[in-house]
Amino acid sequence: MTTTTLSRPWPSGRIIGAAILTLIAAFAILGPVIVPGSPFAQSLMKSLAGPEPAAPFGYDHLGRSLYHRLVHALRLSPLIALAAVATAGAAGLVLGTLAALRGGWVERVLVVLADALLALPGLLMVLIVLAIMPGTALGFWAGLSLVLWVEFFRLTRATARATLAGPAVQAARLLGFGWPYVFRTHLWPEVAPLMLTAAAFGTATAIMGIAALGFVSVGMRAPTPELGLMMVELLPYWREAPMALLTPVLATFALLLGLTLLAGGHRT
Amino acid sequence: MNIVISRLAQAVTVALLVGAATFAMMRSLPGDAAWRIAAGRYGYDNVDAAAAEAVRAELGLGGHWFPAFLSWMGDLLRLDFGRSLVSGQPVIDEIAHQLGASLWLALAAVGLSLVIGPPLGILAGLRPGSLFDRALLVISAAFKAVPQFLMALILILVLSVQMGWLPAAGYGQPRHFILPALALALGLAAVNARIARDAMASVAAQPFYAFAEWKGLSRAQVLWRHGLRNVSVPLLTYLGLQFVLLVEGVVVIESNVGWPGIGHALVHAVFARDVPMVQGTALMLGLGFVLVNALIDLLAARIDPRGAR
Repeated sequence: MTTTTLSRPWPSGRIIGAAILTLIAAFAILGPVIVPGSPFAQSLMKSLAGPEPAAPFGYDHLGRSLYHRLVHALRLSPLIALAAVATAGAAGLVLGTLAALRGGWVERVLVVLADALLALPGLLMVLIVLAIMPGTALGFWAGLSLVLWVEFFRLTRATARATLAGPAVQAARLLGFGWPYVFRTHLWPEVAPLMLTAAAFGTATAIMGIAALGFVSVGMRAPTPELGLMMVELLPYWREAPMALLTPVLATFALLLGLTLLAGGHRT
Repeated sequence: MNIVISRLAQAVTVALLVGAATFAMMRSLPGDAAWRIAAGRYGYDNVDAAAAEAVRAELGLGGHWFPAFLSWMGDLLRLDFGRSLVSGQPVIDEIAHQLGASLWLALAAVGLSLVIGPPLGILAGLRPGSLFDRALLVISAAFKAVPQFLMALILILVLSVQMGWLPAAGYGQPRHFILPALALALGLAAVNARIARDAMASVAAQPFYAFAEWKGLSRAQVLWRHGLRNVSVPLLTYLGLQFVLLVEGVVVIESNVGWPGIGHALVHAVFARDVPMVQGTALMLGLGFVLVNALIDLLAARIDPRGAR
């Protein structure tokens, strides 16, 4: 792997973002190991009770440990988001390269399709796919992939067009190197840094979407611990237990802030 | 001319995509669609086989999917959206009724975001690297990381529940606008400010900008005559792209605060599997995006004629 672009030191914002995300990931993975428990076990005696050793963040309105619900919520939406971003990224990379390589009607059809998807609100597409697909997690994955690939496609196509037309690629082709080689040595190093930014933004968008739909009760279903759903469940108990509501709010904010910082600056 | 043609192609593709997606949604409704629709119309306790049969005959739900698809797309291209499966009213009337409420909310949000964001961004862009610039970067990153529904939640808790200044939900009076519009505007302003800041910084670094200062114009005059017009083009273009973000926000926030707009209707339509309503609202939102961006393309070409080919 020859990657000259990755050796550049990361700006401090990126490092802070990566650190926040590492902490959240560690919490999501190791949480149940440190304090064992279940996100579904109810004990109505402890409804909205404060923190105790078995439940470091206290209990929700049904007496379920907020700590464990949060751990599971922080596994669920990031996993769906990462799966969707991986699918969308791969599709966008392949189709973007294909469009730049083949040109002609292949490119035109793909561009028109991407432009049309760009015109439709992402959450709307996710809602429609959710209605079609069986299973909420699967529906979120498919819907979010459908929405997110456009960004990767546009980035790859724009970069690939410039790179493939350049003298370096022309020379490599004249020397008899195949397309896989050209992709690996010329295209990928150009695209990879853009892909990281787009992937961080895409993951943030996906997590935001899952939480937003959960919050208006059209996303994940009730006993599932999910960030948006937890917020809307705990909202009526704001006066009695403000910390219970703040737990998922702060977790969502930290997650999205970490991803925004990791993305670094904004798209140009 | 080029702008108009490419945007027309985009509009047609949007219509085809929405048509195909909603058709797939219609065909994949779990269970018997006729029963479901009849339940939506008459209530779950009043459905029987006769009612379901009546719905099936009325909507042509039996038979092979391909002719159904063709007639579905035909209706769409004739702009015949049909009737809502739940209320029985023509979809077009329902949308016309709701679009106004959403449009006012969206306009209020964009207006508010333009008052907050770009002035701060321009101030920061005039002094890149200053304390103010860096503070704005941190604040806008933080605001950008707050999803709109969360912003609405925070504002409701702080402004209505704790302070009691504003109604948490409702519609009909000017003061009902403030909270949802602010929730949408703060997120938009965070991005606006960054765009304006970058545009201003790059304009201020241009030789012509320095020359305007050398020839004796005051800072305000330079900004007014040479800065703002150049900053407005990227801002305007980005505003068009933000429209989708705005629509998404409208969909979610309308449900939060009980705003009787198109987003609220869409969520309810999805919930009740009211496919004609989903199709109508989706089409309206998609075509609205294309229209807004076409207008912005034309306006940007007017402001900066160099880009027009």
